[in-house]
Amino acid sequence: MNNQSIQFIVTGRRQRRRRWILVTGILAILAVGLCCAMLLLGNTIYPVKDVIRALTGEQLKGVSFAVNTIRLPRMLAGLFAGFAFGVAGYTFQTMLRNPLANPNVLGITSGSSAAAVFCIIILHTSGAVVSVASVIAGLATVIVIYLLSRGTSFSIGRLILVGIGMQAMLDALISYLLLVSAEQDVPAAIRWLSGSLNGSQMHQLPPLVITVLVLAPVVILLGRHLDILELGEQSASSLGVATDKTRIVFILGSVFMIAMATATTGPIAFVSFLSGPIAKRLAGVGFSNVIPAGLVGVNLVLAADLIGQFAFEYRFPVGIITGLLGAPYLIFLLIQMNRKGEL
Amino acid sequence: MKPTHLFQAEQLVAGYENKTVIQDVSLVIPSHKISVIIGANGCGKSTLLKTLARLIKPTSGTITLDGKPLGKLPSKPLARVIGMLPQSPIVPEGISVADLVGRGRFPHQSLFGGWTKKDNEAVAEAMRIMDITEFANHPIDELSGGQRQRVWIAMALAQETDILFLDEPTTFLDITYQVEILDLLTDLNRKHGTTIVMVLHDINLSARYADHIFALHQGKLVAEGEPSEVITSTLVKDIFGLDCTVIEDPISGSPLVVPRGRYHVNQEV
Repeated sequence: MNNQSIQFIVTGRRQRRRRWILVTGILAILAVGLCCAMLLLGNTIYPVKDVIRALTGEQLKGVSFAVNTIRLPRMLAGLFAGFAFGVAGYTFQTMLRNPLANPNVLGITSGSSAAAVFCIIILHTSGAVVSVASVIAGLATVIVIYLLSRGTSFSIGRLILVGIGMQAMLDALISYLLLVSAEQDVPAAIRWLSGSLNGSQMHQLPPLVITVLVLAPVVILLGRHLDILELGEQSASSLGVATDKTRIVFILGSVFMIAMATATTGPIAFVSFLSGPIAKRLAGVGFSNVIPAGLVGVNLVLAADLIGQFAFEYRFPVGIITGLLGAPYLIFLLIQMNRKGEL
Repeated sequence: MKPTHLFQAEQLVAGYENKTVIQDVSLVIPSHKISVIIGANGCGKSTLLKTLARLIKPTSGTITLDGKPLGKLPSKPLARVIGMLPQSPIVPEGISVADLVGRGRFPHQSLFGGWTKKDNEAVAEAMRIMDITEFANHPIDELSGGQRQRVWIAMALAQETDILFLDEPTTFLDITYQVEILDLLTDLNRKHGTTIVMVLHDINLSARYADHIFALHQGKLVAEGEPSEVITSTLVKDIFGLDCTVIEDPISGSPLVVPRGRYHVNQEV
């Protein structure tokens, strides 16, 4: 009897695990496919062979410039920013047990954006200064929101409302900065309103790439801790998670990734908000969904960018397309939560 | 049989930001026994339990496990000795019963280690004890209140701790399920020797299931001992402010509190 019941439990677990592996695998393959598409598609479609030769360093007239200078950085920016947005969004949503609690809604993205716009337009700086400033601003936004929403006891609802207010203020600040900026700075700064992979350059990428390569594995490795934190403060402590320390690691990791991604591509609307719920829906909830959420983020950004580039008469920045996807979901979620009395 | 532990609190003072709830409580948890903390609403019984289970940091005083201060023990190894079932645990949406119970295995898993055969066995055993094996692959949202409570206790059991704290494990349950849960916890105590410390609201069920009672009044420990020694009409009057007669429970032989009220005072028992 006991052996049978173990078998019953093991079989169920194995099925759920298989689904997780299958979904993660498909998402990864899809992401690789989209990366290839990003390199192959453009104004001119070069033969695959030429694209590979250009990537491996051969100098081919026209191809090398298009692939190595335009398409490759664009693809890498989308890949790493998408993964960062997906992982960070999922981390916040799981830790705070609320799909609304993501870096977009909490105003962290806006904090980073505002700092970046300020650096570019007012201080006329770029590169490392912008990255550092957006990380600091992202962290500062988190701290301010946390302090303002603390009250007598921690409430997620209050945190989200304060975050929304914060976001509105910071967005107004960004609009103001754009209005007072010199005309020639506007095209460069406008990406801070919607998020775009246009004009991504190789030399801008290292801060984002390094951040993701260092911090994403940490978050993935601690995925099980995240699942335990999701059970609430008391259960998590009694299961042996040092809740305060662990939460700080997750918050710092996520904010760094969000800030770097935002500094590189601008705030790509709704990716950090959509990735987690989509990953959960596809992969199930039994196992840590950090990796699937990151992959969904990559797929969303790259697919939306390809759609923005080629599906219409005009080229739209990626943030417009993800915004079109995300806004209806936000409304759907609000209606659903209201119905369940969770708002 | 689980190992014997010396779990001890000395001159414990605890509470929240600017409100002291627990005042100078010293106690020793009897090993391998079922202890129940009783007291009126707001007397601090839940706070005391949470403080013992290290969910609240005491303002002063010490809690020691086998002579070592609780605060100095690393949290993961400690979670293999002490488990706690909170009063209203939070359920992640859509999770299956087996996966939720499996999360109780966290303190036994290393950072890089995977899921082991031992984890499977512990989960299966916990689910067998709580009689929820048939629901293993159901989402927990589909279960009734009583079944859910069994799932939560199973999660705490999968943790395989020697000492288990439970904060009102029978609240919101029908009387049938209350008895069922308390019977299952008694099984656990008798068969595995798990030390159980819980807060119960119902004084008669407390008297029936407890080996040892801690009676709390306004944050102070006013009496402790076997139910038959502790639960008297004087104590009930003192800590609950209730006039009552204490008779012998015809089923279990434990003390049974029969309250008097303004409409029912004159009949002598």
